[in-house]
Amino acid sequence: MKTRLLIAASAALALFAAAPAQAHRQWMLPSSTVLSGDDVWVTVDAAVSNDLFYFEHQPLRLDAVKAWAPDGSEASIENKATGRYRSTFDVHLTQKGTWRIASVADMLMGSYDLDGKTERLPRGTTAANLAERLPAGATNVRTAEANNRNEIFVTVGEPTTTLFTPTGKGIELVPVTHPNDLFAGETATFQFLLDGKPAAGLPVTVIPGGIRYRDQLGQIDLKTGADGTVAINWPEPGMYWLNVTTPQAEREDGAGGPPPLARRASYVTTLEVMAP
Amino acid sequence: MQTEFRSVLTGASLGLGAVLSAPALAADPGTMEVSITIPQLKVAEYHRPYVAIWVEKAGAPAKTVAIWYDHDMKNNEGTKWLRDVRQWWRASGRSMRFPANGVTGATRAPGTHKIAFSRAQLGAQAPGDYVLVIEAAREVGGRELLRIPFRWPAKAGAAGRAAGKTELGTVSISFR
Repeated sequence: MKTRLLIAASAALALFAAAPAQAHRQWMLPSSTVLSGDDVWVTVDAAVSNDLFYFEHQPLRLDAVKAWAPDGSEASIENKATGRYRSTFDVHLTQKGTWRIASVADMLMGSYDLDGKTERLPRGTTAANLAERLPAGATNVRTAEANNRNEIFVTVGEPTTTLFTPTGKGIELVPVTHPNDLFAGETATFQFLLDGKPAAGLPVTVIPGGIRYRDQLGQIDLKTGADGTVAINWPEPGMYWLNVTTPQAEREDGAGGPPPLARRASYVTTLEVMAP
Repeated sequence: MQTEFRSVLTGASLGLGAVLSAPALAADPGTMEVSITIPQLKVAEYHRPYVAIWVEKAGAPAKTVAIWYDHDMKNNEGTKWLRDVRQWWRASGRSMRFPANGVTGATRAPGTHKIAFSRAQLGAQAPGDYVLVIEAAREVGGRELLRIPFRWPAKAGAAGRAAGKTELGTVSISFR
């Protein structure tokens, strides 16, 4: 019973928040990542799908999507629309430099006991609203934090790094190589932080877009080093999906029931690798 | 090809001589002439290519000497496609402002165009090895990039050429 509940909880989180479930991949796809000009716009498609980057399953909900200009100010998401299979929106890039467009979810997962039954915490529970979400009489409250970040970067003119100051929450990317300065045949290095500290030993998955028209997934499996960095050699130009997650907690040997409730975090970005 | 190689070698020995017997010889060339052929293409929709010309030297930032684009559109709209000249955009363009004084120019029609750059314009004051890079990108068309190494101090006369296959014809340089 408890197992089922927790599985259901994680499945729901995976689908509606930013946690990547096994088969569904969440993504945002910008019309361009390297831009020039005086009146610059980017259009972003956002979806949850199996194949990258084809919208064929669920739209990404735009409620949590925000954009930040290079100077750190928040910019508006314009022309929002959510269709059957994908969402779309525009950002007017009114400043030169690197912009961030992100959907970030900080949640609490977990369960509590009430009247002899175990109930899971409702979706949307956060540290801030936990007290009001819990019914009176709830006991044995178990929680774990889940931070999911799905973000993309686009640059007008010269790449800047003003937006990469870590918030210290969840998994974050720190550029060693700037994410809007990637070229096929070159190696890019990124550092990943977990709660502001170098995230050592986290699995990094990189998948080139265009899956539908090839037989092999072409997935690149990597792991962050002790300093949280990972080096990626881009085999060819194109859009790539990158995902970093904390590994699933494993249940102890012989222990029944659900795996222990553990703090989880995931990171998703789409990177454009230019032709040399 | 052999001729070019010889001229480069001669340039090298001359360079050494110039350094040893500074001030430089009065007869040293001070100008590079560039001849660029933009090919005539039989396509349904033709737009003149955006062309960037820049100079690279190991350890130094790239220096743009010319960027031909639709610079006279209203609201500077032609700058939207500058990033399609993608190697130039990375090497130099993305850190520039447009129009760029003395560098911005109109797109050119198919044919052979001759332009000249002074040593100062090329940013080639220091003796050494340089590369002149020419990149063309055409709206609804393709992109091509050519590289011609040169050395300064230079010897008068032809100094290098490269032949494009798609978006560029022959590009050659000489010094005077």
